[in-house]
Amino acid sequence: MIEGFVALYIFMLAAITGYEIISKVPVILHTPLMSGSNFVHGIVVVGAMVALGHANTGLEQLIGFLAVLLGAGNAVGGYVVTERMLEMFKSSKGGK
Amino acid sequence: MSFILSASYFAAAVLFILGLKRMSSPVTARGGILWAGVGMLIATLITFLHPDIHGAGNYALMILAIGIGSAIAWWTAKRVAMTDMPQMIALYNGMGGGSAAAIAAVELIGGTPLNTSTKTIAVLGALIGTVAFSGSMVAFGKLQGLIRKTFRFNGQQLSNMAVFAVTVLLGIGIIYSAGSGGFALFLFFVLALAFGILMTLPIGGADMPVVISLFNALTGLAVGFEGFVLGNPAMMIAGIVVGSSGTLLTQLMAKAMNRPLTNVLFSQFGSAEEGAQSEVTGALKPIEAPDAAIMMAFAEKVLIIPGYGMAVAQAQHKIWELTQLLQERDVKVKFAIHPVAGRMPGHMNVLLAEAGVPYDVIYDLDEINNEFASADVALVIGANDVVNPIARTDPESPIYGMPILNADEAKNVIVIKRGQGAGFSGVENHLFYADNTRMLYGDGQKMVSELISQTKEL
Repeated sequence: MIEGFVALYIFMLAAITGYEIISKVPVILHTPLMSGSNFVHGIVVVGAMVALGHANTGLEQLIGFLAVLLGAGNAVGGYVVTERMLEMFKSSKGGK
Repeated sequence: MSFILSASYFAAAVLFILGLKRMSSPVTARGGILWAGVGMLIATLITFLHPDIHGAGNYALMILAIGIGSAIAWWTAKRVAMTDMPQMIALYNGMGGGSAAAIAAVELIGGTPLNTSTKTIAVLGALIGTVAFSGSMVAFGKLQGLIRKTFRFNGQQLSNMAVFAVTVLLGIGIIYSAGSGGFALFLFFVLALAFGILMTLPIGGADMPVVISLFNALTGLAVGFEGFVLGNPAMMIAGIVVGSSGTLLTQLMAKAMNRPLTNVLFSQFGSAEEGAQSEVTGALKPIEAPDAAIMMAFAEKVLIIPGYGMAVAQAQHKIWELTQLLQERDVKVKFAIHPVAGRMPGHMNVLLAEAGVPYDVIYDLDEINNEFASADVALVIGANDVVNPIARTDPESPIYGMPILNADEAKNVIVIKRGQGAGFSGVENHLFYADNTRMLYGDGQKMVSELISQTKEL
């Protein structure tokens, strides 16, 4: 646990960063970007691994197992659909 | 936490932020997802070395879970059609929310006692994650056509609020109880699941993109909160960044649809309040494909307005073929995209990109709206509400105030449409009855194919 004001600073700076990143985005990228940010919160799989990793009882293991499974699904699925969408963006001059 | 672990999480957080930044421009977007992907890979691999993880059994379960989850997601994500992308985002997002909630459950049940502030954040993340999970699943079901009905009854808002209030009270109880909460914790999760379902069920299909975007932001927040609980900086930063950017994106979408977020969540759209609508004047005037082809082939400027109907008819490849034919004849062709064309902002651009249409002939509403007056032909294919001039003129209409593409200002308007029905909102489209509008009835793909063969013969 990261305590008190340090946690608040991280919260604030991360929130502002997120806001800044998206504020200048053209409409054509809204869906891919939403999909991309959907992928990024797939980082939850890391926390799920730790939760399962220190599980002691059968119940904790079961819930932890579900957490990892769902988290991995979020990360992999999010990556593949975003990749597939962005793959198709090209200009008429060729190139990417 | 060891140095290598901390350094890897730091690198992952940096890669996520830079990746998202790159994804906000079409030129660098592809690189962006790759950067974020590398960050994810580093973070995941290094976590196997996390000092809190113990027991060979847990490692085995971990690898099994990652294997199953990844395989299912990979398989479904590879197979899904581009038109179905929005519900897949909802599905994967729901999984993330569920995962965050499950982490909270393990931490709250678990042996290590948590202090009050940690418990509060864990419970908050659990609530948000669970609601995002069940809500996203309902959104997925709705867009996928698994749930067709919209469930509404009198006093629905009130009963939803009651469920929510009880859930919150239980949550507070769990925070201040000495132990893990036991049955109260179980009931808390059940009620949170129920609330996610109840709040999403009455929301209409047209509003679903905004809701998915909202759940995306909520999942981000839940992940961030659980990151605080676990003391995992990569999760904290990635989660909160997504939480705030997702909130802004949700607002942008709601604004583009002219539907304040509160209306999306708490009101009923396109259901009962019909009736008070202004009368339509004029008649629907059909046109045949050969005439429409001539009209476009000898035009100077053609603006194409694609809608979700085009995507359903899989006509985007044909449209691009037609565009190229017209370009060879020195007709200027541009695509005019309404912010909510398709099912979410930018979805139509993805569908056109899939068909090979370069993004520099595709224009946003703001960029193109003053060009309609100088266009010879506006070709509307599978779009309806987004070109309805009633949104500008009739304050009684449910879509009044929504920004629309001013197709009615073009010299000629050709509308390709399957039948005579109204749009998603159930509102009659006055554009179809205008003097300069001709209706080309038929399946989108078939009609465009006919336009192509007719244009070739000219």
